[in-house]
Amino acid sequence: MKKILITLAILAFSAATAQAGPEEDRTAFIKHYEARFPSVPREEYVNGAYAIDPIGRENWEAIEEFPPYEPFIDAGQTMWEKPFANGKGYKDCFPDGPAIAHKYPHWDKEKGMVMTLPLALNECLKANGEKPLKYKKGPINNILSYIAFQSRGKVINVVVPADDPRAMAAYEEGKKFYFTRRGQLNFSCASCHVQNTGLKVRTEILSPSVGHVTHWPVYRSKWGTVGTLHRRFSGCNNNIRAKALKAQGEEYRNLEYFLSYLSNGLELNGPGARK
Amino acid sequence: MKKTIRLVSTLVIITSATWLTGCTGTPTTTEEPKAMAPQVDPAIIAEGKAITMGRTKGNCLACHMIEEGESPGNIGPPLLAMKARYPDKAKLRAQIWDPTAVNPESAMVPFGRMQVLTEDEIDKIVEYIWTL
Ligand code: HEC
Ligand code: HEC
Repeated sequence: MKKILITLAILAFSAATAQAGPEEDRTAFIKHYEARFPSVPREEYVNGAYAIDPIGRENWEAIEEFPPYEPFIDAGQTMWEKPFANGKGYKDCFPDGPAIAHKYPHWDKEKGMVMTLPLALNECLKANGEKPLKYKKGPINNILSYIAFQSRGKVINVVVPADDPRAMAAYEEGKKFYFTRRGQLNFSCASCHVQNTGLKVRTEILSPSVGHVTHWPVYRSKWGTVGTLHRRFSGCNNNIRAKALKAQGEEYRNLEYFLSYLSNGLELNGPGARK
Repeated sequence: MKKTIRLVSTLVIITSATWLTGCTGTPTTTEEPKAMAPQVDPAIIAEGKAITMGRTKGNCLACHMIEEGESPGNIGPPLLAMKARYPDKAKLRAQIWDPTAVNPESAMVPFGRMQVLTEDEIDKIVEYIWTL
């Protein structure tokens, strides 16, 4: 606990706001980044490092002319429309249609846990006697790409309901994870994405965490394909020689809950393309 | 195998200490060296350089500009004029061994405390960094 409080000091939190709720956290993050990048408009944060790196941005804009994630959107649409063996389909599980990415993650009161979109997709599959999809690589990225594309322009609005203390506890767990140093290299997420945002690790400019969740799945040149947010989490964990945790396990879901709250008010713009 | 290497490098130190002037090609003089600061074997410095630059070892370039290194990051300050800034080598070593001892918020990796590098590797890095 002491460590977390110390780390929060980076955000120039006063002792009083260190106890603060999600909205105060979000404001403190935004203030921190806006002080560092005063000329970057708020809505640009959805573009990650390219919001603050003019050279990287040029390359990225060229890539976006022929989006590498396009075939995955098409494959995802096929998945969405194809009936399961029992004749039902995703459409039956998600009657509101494919533009639903902004409804996740949310606090599921009945289950007492953070519900994410990939988890909901697999629940649908399992309920219909289909094999669930893997959470980091493979076809889950197709259906997620399609849903992301259909959800473009929707606004992130994560809620931490006041009437269920377990929701706040999950948010706090995610926040603690974000600020806790781990791995042999002794980094927290905040070491890179708060303390050193805008600086370079080798040639990589570190992006702000506000905007981190708006554009998944992401086509990464390094991966040569699209991958999920939790695949990215494991990557960042591996880089610091920390044990990567289970995709869609409780820790990463709580982390996603916290991280997504920080992006409240931003528009979804997935799928994305990154280096 | 490791032992042999160590033995060899110890031998190198001894021989080069004896033949230092000849080895480095600096003009031989009959004068006594003014300062008796012990010279460090160039082989140690070269090893230190390799560990400093190696991506799976020190990977110091991830965060520091070093004049002879490519694609440096800039999270930490450039490593320049180290001898002037760290007349006390032990202090330089301490910064590399555990930067969080001085600055708990340091983003720098505690190379010694977290056993990212061995004591021997850190010694060699110090010798190299000190030449910058
Ligand atoms: C050692 C530095 C480091 C640490 C620690 C780190 N990251 Fe990263 N992260 C990077 C780099 C470098 C990139 C690629 C450049 C960028 O977009 O910031 C990146 C990218 C990301 C992205 C993708 C951004 C985008 O626009 O698509 C996310 C999300 C992310 N990190 C989350 C995390 C989380 C969560 C943690 C902690 C569990 C974490 N990172 C820890 C270095 C780090
Ligand atoms: C992840 C980033 C990172 C890595 C990797 C890193 N450093 Fe640092 N280093 C820093 C930062 C940040 C500072 C600034 C002081 C502080 O916060 O400790 C620093 C400070 C220093 C200083 C003190 C400089 C001064 O001006 O007084 C030395 C010396 C140093 N580092 C050497 C190294 C060596 C040698 C390595 C590799 C073995 C290394 N660093 C790897 C981030 C890093």
